[in-house]
Amino acid sequence: MSDKLTQMIADRGYVLADGATGTNLFNMGLQAGDPPELWNMDKPENIIKLYKGAVDAGSDLFLTNSFGSNASRLKLHASQHRVHELSRAAAELGREVADTAGRNVIVAGSMGPTGEIMGDAGTLSHETAVEMFEEQAQGLIDGGADVLWVETISAPEEYAAAAEAISNVGAPWVGTMSFDTAGRSMMGVTSVGMVDMIANLAHQPVAFGANCGVGASDLLRTVLGFASTGTQMPIVAKGNAGIPKYVEGHIHYDGTPEVMATYAQMARNSGAQIIGGCCGTMPHHLRAMREALDTMVLGAAPSLDEIAATLGGFSSPSDGTGDTPAPKRERRGRRRA
Amino acid sequence: MSEEEIILSELSDEDLNLQMQDDLYDGMKEEIEEGVNIFLERGWQPYDILTKVLVEGMRIVGIDFRDGILFVPEVLLAANAMKGGMAILKPLLAETGAPRLGNMVIGTVKGDIHDIGKNLVTMMMEGAGFEVKDLGINNDADAYISELESGQYDILGMSALLTTTMPYMKVVIDTLVEKGTRDDYVVLVGGAPLNEEFGNAIGADAYCRDAAVAVETAKEFMAKRHNQLAG
Repeated sequence: MSDKLTQMIADRGYVLADGATGTNLFNMGLQAGDPPELWNMDKPENIIKLYKGAVDAGSDLFLTNSFGSNASRLKLHASQHRVHELSRAAAELGREVADTAGRNVIVAGSMGPTGEIMGDAGTLSHETAVEMFEEQAQGLIDGGADVLWVETISAPEEYAAAAEAISNVGAPWVGTMSFDTAGRSMMGVTSVGMVDMIANLAHQPVAFGANCGVGASDLLRTVLGFASTGTQMPIVAKGNAGIPKYVEGHIHYDGTPEVMATYAQMARNSGAQIIGGCCGTMPHHLRAMREALDTMVLGAAPSLDEIAATLGGFSSPSDGTGDTPAPKRERRGRRRA
Repeated sequence: MSEEEIILSELSDEDLNLQMQDDLYDGMKEEIEEGVNIFLERGWQPYDILTKVLVEGMRIVGIDFRDGILFVPEVLLAANAMKGGMAILKPLLAETGAPRLGNMVIGTVKGDIHDIGKNLVTMMMEGAGFEVKDLGINNDADAYISELESGQYDILGMSALLTTTMPYMKVVIDTLVEKGTRDDYVVLVGGAPLNEEFGNAIGADAYCRDAAVAVETAKEFMAKRHNQLAG
């Protein structure tokens, strides 16, 4: 039995995902500092408006307002006992919008990072992380999410914990990481390293990829890195609408709808099959991306030079993949770590 | 490159120091604790062990983090090993009246609930030997300033991830100016959407691109302060 997302990719070849959640909610009056997830219960009309914004702009798939509805994040607002309730509500509102869209739209249950550090030097154990993600995942599935969508992860340990949690609830899932540190994730994972890491997971995602990070150019370089491995798993590209700029006391993302349309086509040619935006991406960007994807003729993957010339330069000369030897420090080397 | 077992206590002071810097680099906490105790037995001053061995070792870790040789997980292990050594030295440093490296108040600004970057800075500052009071997320000017006033602090660190919240840093700095205490502190700011221009525009002492830069910048400013006091 195939999940809805795999089916849609098989039927259509590509999927337009959604854009920003935070940027849109702030525009509706969300106060900075308040967790957006509380609006799933307190202002459901705004969450419906958020989802409809993406669907009406042509998105085939949208993420639920549950990025931070895990116990670790909600604890910062003394709401850690509301994980299931808020996650389920996020998905239920999504179900309502998708089921009245008049076409096939997928509800993807967003699951962001815990914000805690895992691994040898960290404070969050694998078991606790699995428990936290499982509670959130169960809420999203109970609310009717079609697929779970883990995003903005930087640590392989956290990705693995989410995979195990989702396996426990028996749901299909997608998992994307953010590559924002010299082309790697904050924890040092390269695009190729992510593919290797996923190969070792017991519960495989139905798609994987990159979201957020440093801008469209870097994101496409990461997608090219994924594709270079020859992976058959569908790739997700969900980049920001440009880079935040501080102009005369105001801050705005510099990506225009035209830029995002070009980015969408280049992402598709680079090998991505699920394409969307992240921070700063509004419905008018999505409309331009929909049009661009529907009218394009699939072409060759762009070179790094073409990407830089079209969308701007990269944040770092290398992304840690390829033949360039990694820099190393000469050590006394008498002890093995 | 032999694989024979190293007996730390059999090394000369110089070799032990170099070995400990390597062990710090590799995040070997128990070996660091052992090495600190050996130096103490040999009569080294706690302050010398801190600055000549541990801080110097972490400086190299910071350089390799900046240059993309090490990444966050390795740096955190190194910082953790450093903290093991610090735990032994801390009471002794207080007893001997050694100069403080510096005390810092840190927090994410009002309206912002993102804290991973801030947590990393905290861990690396502690790893470098600073005392850090972490106020957590969503801090208004009053929260920062009442903490600053309650203790002996040198540095204020503010973090923001959102473009909508970063302007609040200026409110905090302006409040310090009004109170006439702005110059009592080194104000460092950081966070993904910030840049140096923004740091200058709001009147911070420095914008720090990442946790390693924050540590280096804090050390530079503290060195200047010590020189001023001495001069």
